[in-house]
Amino acid sequence: AAGMFLRLLSDVRWQAAHPKWRRITCSWRSTSSTAEPAPVPLPAEAQVVICGGGIMGTSVAYHLSKMGWKDVVLLEQGRLAAGTTRFSAGIVSTGRHLSLELKMADYSNKLYQQLEQETGVSTGYVKTGSISLAQTQDRLISLKRIASSLNVMGIPCEIITPKQVAQLHPLINIHDLVGAMYVPEDALVSSANVSLALATAASRNGVQIHERTSVSHVSIQKGRVTGVETDRGQIKCQYFVNCAGQWAYELGHSGKEPVHIPLHACEHFYLLTHPLKEPLASNLPTIVDPDGRIYIRNWQGGILSGGFEKNPKPLFTEGRNQLEIQNLQEDWDHFEPLLSALLRRMPDLEALQIMQLVNCPESFTPDMRCIMGESPTVRGYFVLAGMNSAGISYGGGAGKYLAEWMVNGYPSENVWPLDLKRFGTLQSSRTFLRHRVMEVMPLMCDLKVPRWDFQTGRQLRTSPLYDRLDAQGARWMEKHGFERVKYFVPPGTDLLDLEQSKTFYKPDWFDIVGSEVKCCKEAVCVIDMSSFTKFEISSTGDEALENLQYLFSNDLDVPVGHVVHTGMLNEKGGYENDCSIARLSKRSFFMISPTDQQVHCWAWLKNRLPDDSNLTLEDVTWKYTALNLIGPRAVDVLSELSYAPMTPEHFPSLFCKEMSVGYANGIRVMSITHTGEPGFVLYIPIEYALHVYNEVMNMGQKYGIRNAGYYALRSLRIEKFFAFWGQDLDAFTTPMECGREFQVKLEKGMEFIGQEALLEQKQNGVYKRFTMFILEDHDTDTDLWPWWGEPIFRNGRYVGKTTSSAYSYTLERHVCLGFVHHFDEKTGEELVVTADFINNGDYAIDIAGQRFQAKAKLYPFSSLFAQRRRKDEEELSGYQRE
Amino acid sequence: FYLTPPQVNSILKANEYSFKVPEFDGKNVSSVLGFDSNQLPANAPIEDRRSAATCLQTRGMLLGVFDGHAGCACAQAVSERLFYYIAVSLLPHETLLEIENAVESGRALLPILQWHKHPNDYFSKEASKLYFNSLRTYWQELIDLNSGETTDVKEALVNAFKRLDNDISLEAQVGDPNSFLNYLVLRVAFSGATACVAHVDGVDLHVANTGDSRAVLGVQEEDGSWSAVNLSYDHNAQNEHEVKRVRMEHPKSEEKNVVKQDRLLGLLMPFRAFGDVKFKWSIDLQKRVIESGPDQLNDNEYTKFIPPNYHTPPYLTAEPEVIHHKLRPQDKFLILATDGLWETMHRQDVARIVGEYLTGVHHQQPIAVGGYKVTLGQMHGLLAERRARISSVFEDQNAATHLIRHAVGNNEFGTVDHDRLSKMLSLPEELARMYRDDITIIVVQFNSHVI
Repeated sequence: AAGMFLRLLSDVRWQAAHPKWRRITCSWRSTSSTAEPAPVPLPAEAQVVICGGGIMGTSVAYHLSKMGWKDVVLLEQGRLAAGTTRFSAGIVSTGRHLSLELKMADYSNKLYQQLEQETGVSTGYVKTGSISLAQTQDRLISLKRIASSLNVMGIPCEIITPKQVAQLHPLINIHDLVGAMYVPEDALVSSANVSLALATAASRNGVQIHERTSVSHVSIQKGRVTGVETDRGQIKCQYFVNCAGQWAYELGHSGKEPVHIPLHACEHFYLLTHPLKEPLASNLPTIVDPDGRIYIRNWQGGILSGGFEKNPKPLFTEGRNQLEIQNLQEDWDHFEPLLSALLRRMPDLEALQIMQLVNCPESFTPDMRCIMGESPTVRGYFVLAGMNSAGISYGGGAGKYLAEWMVNGYPSENVWPLDLKRFGTLQSSRTFLRHRVMEVMPLMCDLKVPRWDFQTGRQLRTSPLYDRLDAQGARWMEKHGFERVKYFVPPGTDLLDLEQSKTFYKPDWFDIVGSEVKCCKEAVCVIDMSSFTKFEISSTGDEALENLQYLFSNDLDVPVGHVVHTGMLNEKGGYENDCSIARLSKRSFFMISPTDQQVHCWAWLKNRLPDDSNLTLEDVTWKYTALNLIGPRAVDVLSELSYAPMTPEHFPSLFCKEMSVGYANGIRVMSITHTGEPGFVLYIPIEYALHVYNEVMNMGQKYGIRNAGYYALRSLRIEKFFAFWGQDLDAFTTPMECGREFQVKLEKGMEFIGQEALLEQKQNGVYKRFTMFILEDHDTDTDLWPWWGEPIFRNGRYVGKTTSSAYSYTLERHVCLGFVHHFDEKTGEELVVTADFINNGDYAIDIAGQRFQAKAKLYPFSSLFAQRRRKDEEELSGYQRE
Repeated sequence: FYLTPPQVNSILKANEYSFKVPEFDGKNVSSVLGFDSNQLPANAPIEDRRSAATCLQTRGMLLGVFDGHAGCACAQAVSERLFYYIAVSLLPHETLLEIENAVESGRALLPILQWHKHPNDYFSKEASKLYFNSLRTYWQELIDLNSGETTDVKEALVNAFKRLDNDISLEAQVGDPNSFLNYLVLRVAFSGATACVAHVDGVDLHVANTGDSRAVLGVQEEDGSWSAVNLSYDHNAQNEHEVKRVRMEHPKSEEKNVVKQDRLLGLLMPFRAFGDVKFKWSIDLQKRVIESGPDQLNDNEYTKFIPPNYHTPPYLTAEPEVIHHKLRPQDKFLILATDGLWETMHRQDVARIVGEYLTGVHHQQPIAVGGYKVTLGQMHGLLAERRARISSVFEDQNAATHLIRHAVGNNEFGTVDHDRLSKMLSLPEELARMYRDDITIIVVQFNSHVI
């Protein structure tokens, strides 16, 4: 059966006889009768070795060679495009939730369109368009959000009525539809041929391609790739690219130093039919029916239809030496729900004759996003895999980004959401992956609502207070494997169950979080923030200070006991990390960064700190439990517990001191809260965590203390215009662009990374500006809530996207944070963004196609808050006197 | 009297037990994936027993079912003790020495077995000291006998069976100063039990059988269908070899009486068993032990009764027949069950039901389109029909439970009939034994990825 598919899906066959790849068009029969030619010997050395001849490997080879890296060898264990790529349904669709993914798909589409002309290889590219159907209003909202994104990207797209759907496709039953999204430029390709075309172009550019050569492991010395061991000998190389698809995990684990690539394959089914009596036109749009969990495309006059079932079947082939993917067993009973959905959508197909049910593996990742980038532990080891069944859509763009990454040191876009370093070893347990991919695959079709949390693979990392907080009604979310509290459900409150609380509108926890926020403003709350990444850097001499001064933009040569907020910038001045650093002693520093920085920040520092035995870097994340005491009464609670005055005169803001709390000594207290509210964070050695928590709660009782969660924190920080790394800040954002010049000391008397770029920005101005928007005509109870990624319009023209949003309980309005650009009206060229430009404009935020007026601000409402707080304090103290 | 489906389920599931061999980083490197076991009583109290344990000092896993008769004492004792005898027989000389030295110097003992027990599977606390001493004597002898040769599993199994039966017999002859224990060892010796034990170590599967319980291997053929392979021979009158063997062991004059009405001496169904000293001891010995024994023993008509035509004991042995089988990828599971199951179902049906249950395919065959002309509509209809058929199967999480459901509830069409199940399970205690026997089942699942 596998042979037949090769014939059906690809019309082009290849032969490796010629040293430079030559295209030989002939029928599959004549190729199969040709004797296998003797393999060309492998080179002894190459700059880059790519493992995997699927769409990813060939795309990386194509782009590397285009960018001038010609000394590239591509190894394929079987034949080119014979793995998942061969079985791919060949749908190129740009309608993606993440704008980065959308850009990758758009680039792929444009690349494939001209590929046949460029290479002479027929790619089967047909611009059919695609129609995504909505059976429910919520689905339509989800599609409208994507449509907004596509439109501002300049990709044609419209929301259409069921009647219009019927006009575009003759077979569709529209009775249960409420609307649809039409993307006219989406396309179909023969995926194997696209891959072969890319290989042809790459080989013309000098890339050497060797089939039937499998990599046994990658040689590593001193944390760098030095070569590749294959079944046909060794190749020395500086760079290795793992594009091994479903085998990427095993390949990553095959060497002495494992590279963790968390992905796992599931069986994926689609159906092929014989042609209809009146064969379907090859330009008939592809149908995606996410509520029915299926997609349907035209295929050789008949249809190809597959889907993402609720009960996926993970593959158990790990460790097996399987050269090419065999067509796995057909399982009709498993396919039954998808077949029902297909016949419900296109009832006229009942009489259509089945050709085959194809079962092919697809690799899925723990967060439904692909994996790209350099290993945090092995330099020169790059990865591109885990496409979550969108390999053809992403292939071109992803290959381009990875090639840019290798050649230029970083891609042209912020690819953090796809960066391999967002994962650590903790996501690479096989059991975890199996459980998680069983959740991820159905999620391909599930409604993606705000604040969705994965349900599998949970409770891996927890604070020592986990059970305690859970018993008090904590509801949890997960970040980097760590359980964090969203909010506390008061006893006796009934929240909707999980399924029902999926909403694009006002969520059921609105009042709960509101009361937590109120308590933070008026009394004091405790938030367990143990998940934050914590490093200690110390040295015997001044090495720690000297190195940190170079790595961080703020001045760290502060008196002992001071805390500094600073960016860890790249050469372009962009934020690689945003952290708070306390100077514990002259020679040691304590660094706090976001939870998901654990792997990235460690790799960044390790790669840049000198190999000096006097200098030690230690990850102490697990050693401390962090309790954030937020609110005006935090001072009182802490001073009573420590018998030490904690007022601003004695303990100013941005200060750090070891003190005793209750019986426990050596608690690191810092006067920061990550919210802009007054308060402290207590870093508690974990064995004291329960004791200190109990003491704080007991003592806090008379000050009205209560537990709070991250949703309250989020609302507080967003209304205070606090940017968070990973949401608002990324490697393409500089401090100058988000109003944080004050955290940069250009004249600290020492050179630091990013200094030049920042100096230039200081002189020439910035091209985007972090801005706060307050929604004006938005009804919190009845309107759609903003999330993030909503387009921002200034005077009716698109200027950027939001990066985060929250309801401000103080302002009683929604606040969105985002970046404003200034595109030239004629040329589209990016211009300098000035404060005047921001301030003189009428703004609107587009939420799923509906625009809401918004007021733009470059600074938080500090005066308003100050007044309010003073007034509140008066009220509160008046109340206490009574 | 009618039982609702949840009531039926709670009866069927009361004794179910499952064990999964722990995985290492998601990978199970053992040839055994795990097992499901369950038992359904007909006697009150049930006379069947089951055991499962992992050998800690050697590799391998032991599983066994034990069918008691004339009370449950012997089956209980064998279920507690036999695996220790087997494990000790398998131990290398050094380990035996180490264990003996530890006992001698009062140090902590190396654990020999890790048991996988249902809460209802109990061990007798009172007899543990006595049992331990007998076991120790056994390993001391093994140490003295040190042959220097590596232990053959087959031999070890045979030795363990015989030795335990011997110890049971000896303990009853010697007696115990403690009156409770004294009565216990006598009850153990005068009751009987069959045993069917599997030892799995990698691809080596040994089945040692004494009596009429049975081990059947579930094999998946290339076309996906299931077949059953016997891995034990029943020791009863239906087995010609057994009949011949028993007759051969006694003078020609007894030929007619040794096997009568398909029973040993016209009395006993299984031709091999533990205990049952009434078929092993001389008449003198039996009389002596009973007379010196406690009153309860003397009041018991059964124990006092000497089998007719009892001339040349022993008539019965506990020596097992051992079959060795090298596991192949198509060997998917092993079923150990007491005769209560085999009386009601043919082994082919048993293999099919378990096979379909374990693979999750509750239909005879997976559908394949192949070269046929099938339309989407026809396929849709076919699938819908198949889905409707399977409904009841999902109630069971345990293959042994699923099998019992079929054994008790199958109607003439081979499908589970709830009314029948309800009737069979609501029979009063005294009637239950007339319609069915105790059923005990262990289903061991093999790991095809490793084999």
